[in-house]
Amino acid sequence: MPMSSERMTDHKPSRTAAPRGLTMNRRRLLGAAAALGAGPALAQFRVEISGVGGTQLPIAIGEFRSEVSAGQPVAAIIRADLERSGQFRVIDAAAGLNETSQPVWTDWRARQADALAAGSAAKLADGRVDLRYKLWDVVKGQDLGGEAHAVAPDDVRLAAHRIADTIYQKLTGERGVFATRMAYVTKAGGRYSLRITDADGEGGQIALGSPEPIISPAWAPDGKELAYVSFETRKAVVWIQDLSTGRRRAVADFRGSNSAPAFSPDGQSLVMTLSREGGSQLFSIRRDGTGLRRLTQSSAIDTEAVFSPDGQQIFFVSDRGGGPQVYRMPAGGGSAERVTFNGSYNISPAISPDGKTLAFVTRQGGAFKVCVQDLASGTVQQISDTSQDESPSFAPNGRLLVYATRSGGRDVLMTSTLDGRIKARLVSTTADVREPTWGPFGR
Amino acid sequence: MKMHKLALSALAAAALVGCSSTKLDEPAPVETRPTAPAADPNAGRGAPVAESKVQTVDLAAQAAQAVSDKRVVYFDFDSFVVKSDFQNVIDAHAKRMSVDTKVALRLEGHTDERGGSEYNLALGQKRAEAVAKSLSLLGVPAARVEPVSFGKERPAVQGSDEAAWAKNRRVELKDK
Repeated sequence: MPMSSERMTDHKPSRTAAPRGLTMNRRRLLGAAAALGAGPALAQFRVEISGVGGTQLPIAIGEFRSEVSAGQPVAAIIRADLERSGQFRVIDAAAGLNETSQPVWTDWRARQADALAAGSAAKLADGRVDLRYKLWDVVKGQDLGGEAHAVAPDDVRLAAHRIADTIYQKLTGERGVFATRMAYVTKAGGRYSLRITDADGEGGQIALGSPEPIISPAWAPDGKELAYVSFETRKAVVWIQDLSTGRRRAVADFRGSNSAPAFSPDGQSLVMTLSREGGSQLFSIRRDGTGLRRLTQSSAIDTEAVFSPDGQQIFFVSDRGGGPQVYRMPAGGGSAERVTFNGSYNISPAISPDGKTLAFVTRQGGAFKVCVQDLASGTVQQISDTSQDESPSFAPNGRLLVYATRSGGRDVLMTSTLDGRIKARLVSTTADVREPTWGPFGR
Repeated sequence: MKMHKLALSALAAAALVGCSSTKLDEPAPVETRPTAPAADPNAGRGAPVAESKVQTVDLAAQAAQAVSDKRVVYFDFDSFVVKSDFQNVIDAHAKRMSVDTKVALRLEGHTDERGGSEYNLALGQKRAEAVAKSLSLLGVPAARVEPVSFGKERPAVQGSDEAAWAKNRRVELKDK
């Protein structure tokens, strides 16, 4: 696996031939100055990206003109988004360009940029921030169009992610995931927080704060609700919470433990693990808490169910064969077929949006590593180079995975391309970070 | 005041005795008793009640006392077997629950930190259910124990070595 030394994307990613130490120092200084000017949001933003992809499109994205007025490092957010995707290589852009500029193609070709984007930020009289940009195809010398987003100051990050999505789509033909959201749980000072953040792990808001553990967040397909397991009543109970209103209800609070919720693709029901009849078994239940039905009848542990994207099948973990392995069965129950065969401990299945790839965590000795398996061929590839991986979850376009792991002595979230080549460490807080789950398109 | 009331009844008793034709045997000391400090309720203070004193034996309290240091069952790695070392814990709780039928227990299963949160939750549940089974073998009705699990979420001790892990693989027996 071609793994280069770690690169860093700060406020101004560097790809120049200048001595590395020098650029880093200069960049740090610039970053610090920008942070002072625009508040704490800037200071937090730091994404570390490592690895080299096979074919990456070189793109230059200049600082937006009067970017400081936007209150967010707009260009840096866009660059980091594109880099994390694994499909772009960011090239240094000279300052001074904006959406009205006429790029000198020979200059940009000399810098080996295939694409170029530039824009500006302006504070409007009503308090909104106006972001404008244009994208050019440097190779063809062609204007690929632009956009203007006038947004509330709190939505500047979102607007930057939407710009990155548009650029991504125009240049790759696929839908971007940068404006989607993630849910994850942090623990700091004995308090647990269920956070909803941008897809880069930043710009977070807390959906639930609790002195007791919270695990297993699961998005409703429309992205409006989140199911999760909270221990606030001294036992595991499955809750559903409306994110915009904060209204919540216990959807499963039966005798014993209630856990591992997963919404069906139509959003009308959930599969979860209940111990109400002894043992940990899979049940389906409607989203209003009615229509409880037992799906598995084993004397083993059956848990961590997820639906196939077409809703026809359920993948889940069972130790009916001894150790935990991934199985699949019809969504209404029935005979189960074993899916994972390598190793004695395979847990936490996730299915790609096209239904073709399974991600899971495998134990190797004392290490836990994220793997992907092609469901048609059965071929397994390990994609992580860390050893305490948990909870893989696919981006809604199926191009990236997010998972929790430990790196540099801390709990972190990592995104990775499915080939494991490009990884980004999402660094947001000093808290322990766990249980990431990537939300659907739209918000 | 209780002592005052006792003194009055003692006085009345003395008066009754005084009415009899038999010898009058110094009732006076009884009257002086109430001035003694009320702090010592032990027998032998001379009040008539002492002669009929009944020491209550509260079996429920005794049984509760008997389990006060028997609240945790530890498990071997990857095991759900309640080891014989902990049979005394099970016995004490079963005895208490037969004596005090109001007691209900929540059995909280836990695992060490290794592995996924949901699979560990299921493993902790299995440990809690193993303890419930042991209690049921001694006649404790299933309805009076609720096996639940915290998985690896609530370690008893922090640390990533076998010493810490061994203390975290456990079931805690808690009054509901």
